[in-house]
Amino acid sequence: MNVQSDLDSRQVTVTVNGKQESLEVEGRTTLADMLRQEFHTQGVRVGCEHGVCGSCTILFDGEPMRACLLLAVQADGHEIKTIESMADGNKLHEIQEAFSEKHGLQCGFCTAGIILSVSELLERCPEPTDEQIYEILGGHLCRCTGYQQILQSVRLAADMLLEK
Amino acid sequence: MKPVAFKYLKPATVEEATAFLAEYGSEAKILAGGQSMMPMLSMRIARPSVLVDINEIAELTYIRAADDAVAIGSVTRQRRLGDDDLVAEQVPVLASALKCMSHPQIQNRGTVVGSICHGDPAAELPAVAIALGAELTACSQAGTRTIPVAEFYRGYYRNILEPDELVSEVNFPAMLPGCGWSVVEISRRHGDLALAGVASLVAFAGEEIDHVRIACFGLGKAAHRLVDAESLLKGQRTSSELFQEVASLVSSSVKPMDDSHASAEYRRALAAELTQRSLFEAIERAKQGAAS
Repeated sequence: MNVQSDLDSRQVTVTVNGKQESLEVEGRTTLADMLRQEFHTQGVRVGCEHGVCGSCTILFDGEPMRACLLLAVQADGHEIKTIESMADGNKLHEIQEAFSEKHGLQCGFCTAGIILSVSELLERCPEPTDEQIYEILGGHLCRCTGYQQILQSVRLAADMLLEK
Repeated sequence: MKPVAFKYLKPATVEEATAFLAEYGSEAKILAGGQSMMPMLSMRIARPSVLVDINEIAELTYIRAADDAVAIGSVTRQRRLGDDDLVAEQVPVLASALKCMSHPQIQNRGTVVGSICHGDPAAELPAVAIALGAELTACSQAGTRTIPVAEFYRGYYRNILEPDELVSEVNFPAMLPGCGWSVVEISRRHGDLALAGVASLVAFAGEEIDHVRIACFGLGKAAHRLVDAESLLKGQRTSSELFQEVASLVSSSVKPMDDSHASAEYRRALAAELTQRSLFEAIERAKQGAAS
């Protein structure tokens, strides 16, 4: 087992919210932990840490994925977006506005991940059916809202983006 | 909830990957999509000293036509099953399976081959692969071999892969013209692993069932074919008596387990019901196919 003494940290170059950085990470560090601790993007919530709750969802090369089920080293050469990329200064993104308007959150722990998943859905599919919205929301646990306000928020966000 | 430390290796080619596996053997684990492996690492159920990450092997991302089959490389994400024309045309049952599976956020990363290799007894893809007669291609420095998925599993999360082998591809035979299909399951919430499920393929010659494959999941230590049920159906005309006979045979022949999600007894009841539902749906599709 001489392998254990040969642990290597690796240099990775990753683009987070449009900014490219190089840093050294240990092989076992999850992407969620790297984003929180090294990039201070603490909108990446760490809930269950095994892919069930969806609160750490980020966009990896534009597709929603669990940051807790990716290793930081796997982000090398890839582009990550977190909730911090959505607002423009103090101006909220339309999806954030819609969640605020329709009370699509209470405690807010799950919200960042949901908004990222929804942003990908609405980009791919600007006029989603309820079924398509349910499919995306199914990947996120929310214990506050009962999902109805979230559904309304997504519908409103779709309308707002279409009118933009 | 943090993995034990390991040595991280990122091969760029299959050749490099098999060289790493030859070097480290059973100390190494392969990381594909990681949607099962990462939780196992974080919970320390898996404690490999070497992790061979195959995600950057570009030559393993493809869906392409092979001889009367669809070949899928082992880094191809599950999500592609839902938007690929070749899959929709030749093996539409895979797109139906995807609808029962986990959430898009998981399917964006999880791989088709990874799910088959992991072999969760409650997962859809192993059962669908068995029903289709799919084969895996396993590579090592010693060479390449083909393994039918039906002969791949050896009990609970076990398979016959050697420590130095990497599965590079799964090959799904194209479904017969006019073949109906169905994947049905019961799970607590949509996207959860199934408590039990049944996949079936049915084709007719005239009024009689000419070709039938049934495989189940969540009803034993691994997904498996229900050969005796198939024998009862082959060459027969459809009738509700026949389906009931098949359902009770399936219910009494499967060996489900008790766990925190459901009792074995409840799973047996589901087996009977789901077998009937799956056959009805597959037959309905076969008849629609024949009519169109």
